[in-house]
Amino acid sequence: MKVLDAHKLSYRELNDIIKEEAPREKEIKIKNLRGQRYIGGTLKEGCTLYLDGIPGNDLASFMNGAHIVVSGNAQDGVGNTMNKGEIVIHGHAGDIMGYAMRGGEIYVKTDVGYRVGIHMKEFGEQIPMLIIGGSAGNFLGEYMAGGVIIVLGIGDSPEESIGNFCGTGMHGGRIYIRGEVPAFKFGKEVKEAAMEEEDYRLLKDKIKKYCKYFDYPMKKINLEDFHKYVPIGSRPYGNLYAY
Amino acid sequence: MWGSRKRLNRKPIEGDVRIPSGCAVSGIMNKKGKLFSGETIIQSISIMRDRSNGLGGGFAAYGIYPDYKDFYALHMFFESEENQREVELYLKENFLVEKGERIPTRKVPVILDSPIIYRYFIKPRAEICEDVCMTPDEFMVRQVMFINSSFEGAYVSSSGKNMGAFKGVGYPEDIGEFYDLESYKGYLWTAHGRFPTNTPGWWGGAHPFTLLDWSVVHNGEISSYGTNRRYLEEFEYECSLQTDTEAATYLFDMLLRRHRLPLETACQVLAPPFWEEIERMPEKEKETARALRMVYGKGLLNGPFSIILGSTNGMVAINDRIKLRPLVAAEQGDMLYVASEEAAIIEVCACPSKVWTPRAGQPVIGRLEEVDSWVSVC
Repeated sequence: MKVLDAHKLSYRELNDIIKEEAPREKEIKIKNLRGQRYIGGTLKEGCTLYLDGIPGNDLASFMNGAHIVVSGNAQDGVGNTMNKGEIVIHGHAGDIMGYAMRGGEIYVKTDVGYRVGIHMKEFGEQIPMLIIGGSAGNFLGEYMAGGVIIVLGIGDSPEESIGNFCGTGMHGGRIYIRGEVPAFKFGKEVKEAAMEEEDYRLLKDKIKKYCKYFDYPMKKINLEDFHKYVPIGSRPYGNLYAY
Repeated sequence: MWGSRKRLNRKPIEGDVRIPSGCAVSGIMNKKGKLFSGETIIQSISIMRDRSNGLGGGFAAYGIYPDYKDFYALHMFFESEENQREVELYLKENFLVEKGERIPTRKVPVILDSPIIYRYFIKPRAEICEDVCMTPDEFMVRQVMFINSSFEGAYVSSSGKNMGAFKGVGYPEDIGEFYDLESYKGYLWTAHGRFPTNTPGWWGGAHPFTLLDWSVVHNGEISSYGTNRRYLEEFEYECSLQTDTEAATYLFDMLLRRHRLPLETACQVLAPPFWEEIERMPEKEKETARALRMVYGKGLLNGPFSIILGSTNGMVAINDRIKLRPLVAAEQGDMLYVASEEAAIIEVCACPSKVWTPRAGQPVIGRLEEVDSWVSVC
């Protein structure tokens, strides 16, 4: 495994080294990260980055297949417009994680910030997924156009597991939340839908991975407790600008 | 721009031109009041270099002038020696000037066009304060407003006791080196790296913005500036530095010092809950929240912001109501850290005991342990 020390490197220098090494290294460990942006940006499959310290904003932006494991916390904008691959964060992540994400999976051990999953989208086989172990801030799934968000709310009451205005402007995709969440937490464009066989299959598969990554007992999570939220329509603001 | 009577033979400044653009903020304090060098805060803010663009950097430092702690430390920028002479004459008439000296600076190749930078340790003359029926603090506030709005080429960069602002045009770490902040020791430091929104960078327009011992560093853009400014004018605050952050500083002074609101209440005025949230509150809280929105409606700061308020008695970090700007906090022993990015904290505190991202409008409050009130009566 290639080991890099990122301390005192600018994001440009560091990303240039990563891009040069990635095609020939299966695994790269980067130590002492101090907020360098765009780590793993556009990176293709075949390489796994192990990150120590604090990776900067827009981690894995436009990432296209690579894998990233963050030993601690991540900042804002994780997986911005990410297309493919997987990120596992052994801590919390900041605001707008999964912004405009188009594919791939992000697993976060604990909490995430505001506007997570904003404008995620899907097409055909390309379905982005966010699996959040703790709670999420306000505006979760805002303007969401596709993809899947799963909130486990470990350590929080269901009411605390998401903030207000969840799914405001949502017009595609689905959000799964464990436990009963009061209706006022959701935007006007969201409704609850019945859980079906295929929902349980998806949840089981993703939660199993979460439990494996973070060493959490699967039996503590009862799939029956999940509620599914979907958009009421595909064009919530269709009449807004038409007069 | 309206309000300012000054027109100088200088490069365009705030308000003359609009430049669209993020910023970086960092604050570090020791809750027991133990002093530490400015090196730490410089290290922290330098990690967020990419958030600034070299058009403004600055620091506020508390506890740095223990030998003059009974005097107001007036930090000044002058554009010429003539401007300086005029202000000095005025100061001598109205104040006891204990000491006046050039603030020591070092040569840093990237820091250019610095003004004349001076500090004066002063006390308002008692007979004058009595004459105008003002407390020394109130008198000081009026003088700062007067100097900023009426003297050519002269700007107050700070005016509190046992504290000072050190700011200018450049990246914050270069400004820190320019002022040799490593040689100062304080118990509370805040820092700002600027990426000017709307207006060009100039020395007076760099953060922090201060009044008495209040200092504000700010990332964001206060879109309610016009409303806030007119509201403040009703209470005789004159916004003459043409930057939204100035309004935030004066609002804190008005709410905390003049109206004596508790700190949490003042924060609720600046970033109040939404009406629909108020409707869901228990009866008593609801009544208070409604009253605050009605009485202090024009004190609401709209638009994206994360702000760190520094004062003699501690610091407060707060976000706008829907969290449009980043803010992270951490604790380790007696130390409290707040910053725009977690990396800026980890650089100076490798293993904090607690790291969290405050929710929108929820203030992070660091109070010096020995004090029980936020406002020292003067």
